Amino acid sequence: MAINWYKYASPASFYTLAGKMVPFFTILAIGLLTIGLYIGFFVAPTDFQQGEAYRIIFIHVPAAWMSMFLYVVMACWAGIGLAFNTRLSSMMATAIAPTGAMFTFLALWTGSLWGKPMWGTWWVWDARLTSELILLFLYIGFMSLQAAIDDPRRADKAGAIIALVGVINIPIIYFSVQWWNTLHQGASVSVNQAPTMASVMLTGMMVMVLASWMYSIAVILKRVRIIILERESHTAWVAELRKKGAL
Amino acid sequence: MKPRHKKLAVITAGVTALGFAAVLVLNAFQSNLVFFFSPTQVIANEAPVGKSFRVGGLVEEGSVKREQDSTTVRFSITDTAEAIQVVYTGILPDLFREGKGVVAQGKLDSGGIFKADEVLAKHDENYMPPEAALALEEAAKAQRNSLTQ
Repeated sequence: MAINWYKYASPASFYTLAGKMVPFFTILAIGLLTIGLYIGFFVAPTDFQQGEAYRIIFIHVPAAWMSMFLYVVMACWAGIGLAFNTRLSSMMATAIAPTGAMFTFLALWTGSLWGKPMWGTWWVWDARLTSELILLFLYIGFMSLQAAIDDPRRADKAGAIIALVGVINIPIIYFSVQWWNTLHQGASVSVNQAPTMASVMLTGMMVMVLASWMYSIAVILKRVRIIILERESHTAWVAELRKKGAL
Repeated sequence: MKPRHKKLAVITAGVTALGFAAVLVLNAFQSNLVFFFSPTQVIANEAPVGKSFRVGGLVEEGSVKREQDSTTVRFSITDTAEAIQVVYTGILPDLFREGKGVVAQGKLDSGGIFKADEVLAKHDENYMPPEAALALEEAAKAQRNSLTQ
């Protein structure tokens, strides 16, 4: 049986679908987070140079990856919303922004905590750190611009422009450590070469990456449901839900 | 062409144009985006003169000398081709080791010695337990021995 995907472009049916998916991803997120943190704190060995401080990677790396990936997803949804005038796509973009901003902040914050004992400084203006900070400003800019415009459809369009322009920053963040000499180290894990990390450490990190994915999906779906309700509050199906006491 | 396809084409073209502009701008600022200069660049007079700048490279093996009763340290930063002598007074970061990455900020004095007022350790991308590091070192030693014999 073929699934009619277009059906789920309608906020009303996506609201129901998302509601069914949220608990599933929440449970996965909690499970993976528990396993990941257990490996990170109890199973993974101490690093030969950094000692225990390296354990920051179990939070820092997943957070940094998610911050970049979520931005791309957000810009895609915003772009689709702008091009095809689909309301749900723009709502998805709006729902992703706070989670992306949180991961960006987390990456900067944990990196700073690690930087003080390891590098000898909380912060330097090298290309990697600066471009990641710009990413945080892009997220904040996207959210504040949308919040400043009362008409949601106009807010979607204005936000989409910021989101799309900001995409240029993503390859800059990712490749900054290759293009310029930075204080931040190069990638330990990349597509075209073997990871330069012991396998237990890598496993722990990857479980945490999966956990961040599941967490993001759960939270974003939850948030998009609220946005749908807010924006569709004048419609018959929301009134129906309200009457049934489902809200 | 449907209007929405036209819109998509405009957006794609816009993003491409912006990307192209970004590449040009970054190329123009290439030299300003450099976080540190290598010893070779400094010796070739590519580093700013009379201004504070950063030198990055490896701490030369066996070059670290601590002065007694003070926190003054002397060491050389090398990129394996050239080396620069550095003097620094202060606390060194945990990861400061001979043979490991380092970035120092300061000025060159008239004698060609780099007076640093900040020394940062640059970590590499290798993460492993101490036993693995020891095994690697042993292997390297064994290889060196077999080469000399």
